[in-house]
Amino acid sequence: MRRGGVDIAWTARGGAVRRTVGTAGLLAALLGSMGAAAAQTAPAGRTTYDRWCAGCHGDDGAGDGPAAGTMLPRPRDFTTGLYQIRTTPSGALPTDGDILRMIDEGMPGTAMPGWKDHLSEAERNELVEVLKMFSPAFERDPAEPVEIGSAPGVSDEGLAEGRRLYERIECWKCHGQAGRGDGSSAPTLEDDQDMPVRATDLTRNWLFNGGGSTEEIFTRLMTGLNGTPMPSFADLIDAEVVTKEELWRMAQYVRSLSPDEPPRTREVIRATLVDALPAAVDAPAWESAERAYVPLVGQVIEAPRWFAPTVDGVWVQALHDGEELAVLLTWHDPSRSPDPDWAEWRARVLSAMATDGGEAAAEPTDALAVQFPTSIPDGMERPYFLMGSEQEPVYLWHWESGVAGAREAIARGLAMIEPLAGEDALVSRAVYEHGRWQLLVRRPLEAGDVENRLRFEPGRAIPIALFAWDGSNGESGTQGAISTWYYLYLDQPTASAIYAVPFVAMLLTAALGIFVVVRAQRRAGAAVRGRGGALDREAD
Amino acid sequence: MRDSWKVQAFLTALLVALSSACGGPGEDPTEGGPDETAEEAGPVVSPDSAATITGTVAFEGTPPTGEAIDMSEEPTCAEAHAEPAMRIPAVVADGRLGNVYVYVKEGLPDLDWPTPSEGATLDQEGCEYHPHVLAIQVDQPLVIQNSDGILHNINTQPTANQGFNISQPVEMETTREFSTAEVMIPVKCDVHGWMEAYIGVQEHPYAAVTDEGGAFTLSNLPPGDYVIEAWHETYGTQTQNVTVGAQETAEVSFTFSSDMAGAYVPLGEPIDLHDHGDSALHGSRTPVASAGR
Repeated sequence: MRRGGVDIAWTARGGAVRRTVGTAGLLAALLGSMGAAAAQTAPAGRTTYDRWCAGCHGDDGAGDGPAAGTMLPRPRDFTTGLYQIRTTPSGALPTDGDILRMIDEGMPGTAMPGWKDHLSEAERNELVEVLKMFSPAFERDPAEPVEIGSAPGVSDEGLAEGRRLYERIECWKCHGQAGRGDGSSAPTLEDDQDMPVRATDLTRNWLFNGGGSTEEIFTRLMTGLNGTPMPSFADLIDAEVVTKEELWRMAQYVRSLSPDEPPRTREVIRATLVDALPAAVDAPAWESAERAYVPLVGQVIEAPRWFAPTVDGVWVQALHDGEELAVLLTWHDPSRSPDPDWAEWRARVLSAMATDGGEAAAEPTDALAVQFPTSIPDGMERPYFLMGSEQEPVYLWHWESGVAGAREAIARGLAMIEPLAGEDALVSRAVYEHGRWQLLVRRPLEAGDVENRLRFEPGRAIPIALFAWDGSNGESGTQGAISTWYYLYLDQPTASAIYAVPFVAMLLTAALGIFVVVRAQRRAGAAVRGRGGALDREAD
Repeated sequence: MRDSWKVQAFLTALLVALSSACGGPGEDPTEGGPDETAEEAGPVVSPDSAATITGTVAFEGTPPTGEAIDMSEEPTCAEAHAEPAMRIPAVVADGRLGNVYVYVKEGLPDLDWPTPSEGATLDQEGCEYHPHVLAIQVDQPLVIQNSDGILHNINTQPTANQGFNISQPVEMETTREFSTAEVMIPVKCDVHGWMEAYIGVQEHPYAAVTDEGGAFTLSNLPPGDYVIEAWHETYGTQTQNVTVGAQETAEVSFTFSSDMAGAYVPLGEPIDLHDHGDSALHGSRTPVASAGR
């Protein structure tokens, strides 16, 4: 299926045409009159808007700036007056504070950055007024924030109650049994611009658009997210289907699905030395192994680019036993590709995304590539992180769903991947469960053909980078998610020397000390005796 | 004079609500309607002058074939249908078109039409909306009912009104209103992507939805010259001018055809009733359905 051509990308809103054309006349009239008004008194902030916002949100705030076609979700269309993150009831206008918060904090997981550190408070407040001018909806009476009260104390029973409510009111239909956004309705969701929209992965609260605290989650449950499929649950309290406390319990449960602190990325992924390497992805050994979070972003450097990747981070764990290395890679992907239930999602994403070439793969598969240099570099020089180059290739572990096991390969640039000849040194196992892939790869530290196959040398910093694809999201080839280089560090075998040397040194030091002291004492004694003898002799 | 007129209009509103609430496909038009309990609102149309506009909507060409809805993920709904439920762009029977929203678009006097206190019900049953097209009045209670007892969300997407997107995870009822006239407000369920309904909101009671036989009736109208519009979700809109005298019944027929599939379908156009009588106002803005686009 050829999807080249601006054609598809820019007619992607065809579905929306029917709906928006109806209001086009009205909007044009309103915008026209607004434009006239604006010409008389250009609002403060309009210059700021034109400079920083219009590129995505468009000159008239309709979310149709030049960059909009590369974004999913699309930039907000301010003409509708619909704002996702509010403190007000479903469908209602946001408060000025709500709009300001969005400008300040941005929308994590989307192209919208926070502007708190880039624009002055006055500029940001002026932007609030500019955005409101784009929609006639703001002629309506302003809405009051919903009452949220305060959360009950967190307890195990409370969390269990929250989980029961999560099941009873069927949050899992979209968000999935484990909260990873893989529910049965997830592939069909679309937003108010008729664009495919993800059910939020509830296990990554640091990416929640409205903030990840229990209070913020509860607020979203009360208000819903306008313009998205996420409804408000406030009516359930009014109808006595649930109590406010139960809803708080559910907010606490949802909060508990994410770690206490957002993952911090570290340069170094440590492979601890163990006696025996785990053979399964759920082996107990992994529970105690360090977890390193490697963030991924869309490959937007070389064409064809990809601006809407599914995988935005991979957890990496590594262990070795002095002979062999085991790496466990864990990432969230709501679809196990190929999955016919996601075929339509894939088609919708492909038609929504502006493309600069490329062919979608015939069979959508999920894939992960782990990149290493072919040999450990001595200095800071590393191969190009986009799968190396002709001069400096990278050594790859390449895994693909539906294909038996990870394979070794050499890459000389993006999509220039060649399987390595000879017997494959990798042993791998992949498990998909509730929106999560876990891939375990094992390889001897040293595997013949050292020219292409990296020697994993303990005690050295070994560059490592990742590339992930979600086939059901239309990703393949150069279109996927990449990381920059990180380092894998294999702990050196803790040979007895490591413990013995300091001990022996200590003993030697002590012995030397004793020797010196004893010798000094002897000499002193001899001297005293000598002097005493002399004195004796003198006395004689 | 004016007072008796108001009672009449109110009764008409109830009748319209009754007929529209029962206008969905496959429903018995005699069941489930609200009881007629007139309240304090005064009459706005005298029985001596009340007029009626009635008619049918015909369909020419090949009726569209639908596609079967895959309800396998939702056993409760799959079991509710003996035959697989179909998603059909139009309900056609014997050359007549059902689910057409017909309303008085222009020509009514500028009056405060009484608001019916009886609700109009939008039910979710077998993972389908009943009715598929609903006529209500401004501020009339919209009773949203979940008879399935499984999760539905009701995501209304108006343009002129403030919308809402609410969750109904169990058998329950929620009541909302719309404050502004609007043709039409799309309603969808994001859990079941095939579920769609349309709500037409008028300040006055003169709107109806054609039954399976393509028939509609607008009664208790003041005599006058009217522009009647017929709106269909697939075939767009058509308008006709009608003059009806006191105690008269005027007949209007519309014809849609399969060629009109893909016609421009206006959604979310606000209607300013207080401009009624100024027939030039909306005429220029609202396109009439034409073959193709």
